[in-house]
Amino acid sequence: MRKLLFALLCCLPLLAYGGEAKDIADDPVMEKRMMTLAEKVRCLVCQSESVAGSHSDWSEDVRKIMREKMKAGATDQQIMDMLVERFGKSVLFDPPVDKETAPLWAAPFVLLALGGAVMLYQLRRRKTEVPDTKLSAEEAKRADDLLDKS
Amino acid sequence: MNRFWPFLIFAALAALLYVSLGRDTRDVPSPLVGKAAPVFTLPQLQDPAQKFASADMKGKVWLLNVWASWCGACKQEHPVLMALSKQNILPIIGMDYKDKPAAGLGVLNSEGNPYTLTIVDADGKVGFDFGVYGVPESYLIDKQGMIRYKLTGVITPENWQSTLLPLIKELQAK
Repeated sequence: MRKLLFALLCCLPLLAYGGEAKDIADDPVMEKRMMTLAEKVRCLVCQSESVAGSHSDWSEDVRKIMREKMKAGATDQQIMDMLVERFGKSVLFDPPVDKETAPLWAAPFVLLALGGAVMLYQLRRRKTEVPDTKLSAEEAKRADDLLDKS
Repeated sequence: MNRFWPFLIFAALAALLYVSLGRDTRDVPSPLVGKAAPVFTLPQLQDPAQKFASADMKGKVWLLNVWASWCGACKQEHPVLMALSKQNILPIIGMDYKDKPAAGLGVLNSEGNPYTLTIVDADGKVGFDFGVYGVPESYLIDKQGMIRYKLTGVITPENWQSTLLPLIKELQAK
């Protein structure tokens, strides 16, 4: 009895098998191509993750649909266009530069230029605005007195 | 004036960041607004032999409400939809999204049915075409079959009064 129980307990770790490979399709080449593409797509449910890395239901669906489209012979570009059509450019981690996204792309440079201008202005002002004030003997003595007192 | 420059720049940055903080980044604007709604035919929840086609709604302003029995926020939305259905403002078509029909039916039987008609999108294919990524979602579709508004999230008495209802009235008058 005890031996049987022991044997059963030994089998327990098998239950921990997670079935990781569930998502892999039959075609490893296509799977690799799909995952490379999925890296570039934002998971809209968990926004800082890519569809390739996310375990959300939605991402799983997107991967499934990508696989189906690839099997049907769609190009990478066609698949991306299909996603953008439905979910907008925010599904792309690397959105294209166009009229709509131009402010987004320009913002860092505008801020840098602004900061640079302020810094230049400050530096220039510093150069011109520090004339050495010469103290007369009397003033110097008064300053010394004040400093000593404190 | 010169010494106010840094302050002005700070104020502008602070305003920008403050506005961005208040925005819900999950609310991705749908590119489908202003475009024709995907054309589909799906079985009805109560009687799968009966089909519903989006073309049946031509000439009507209608609301497509995407929900599921597994969706927590939908339970919050349900009483609001119940109240709206009593007012008979427009047809509300429910789409049971990626759900077991039995589970969906169970919710409608126990909590009440706010829908003019309910369809089942068991594999989520039609939902995908609509750009569904979170439930509940609602799509306002006009007489020509164009999507006029998309709401990601729960319909509340507030957003109904402030956004949806005025838009519905405007579209119905056209």
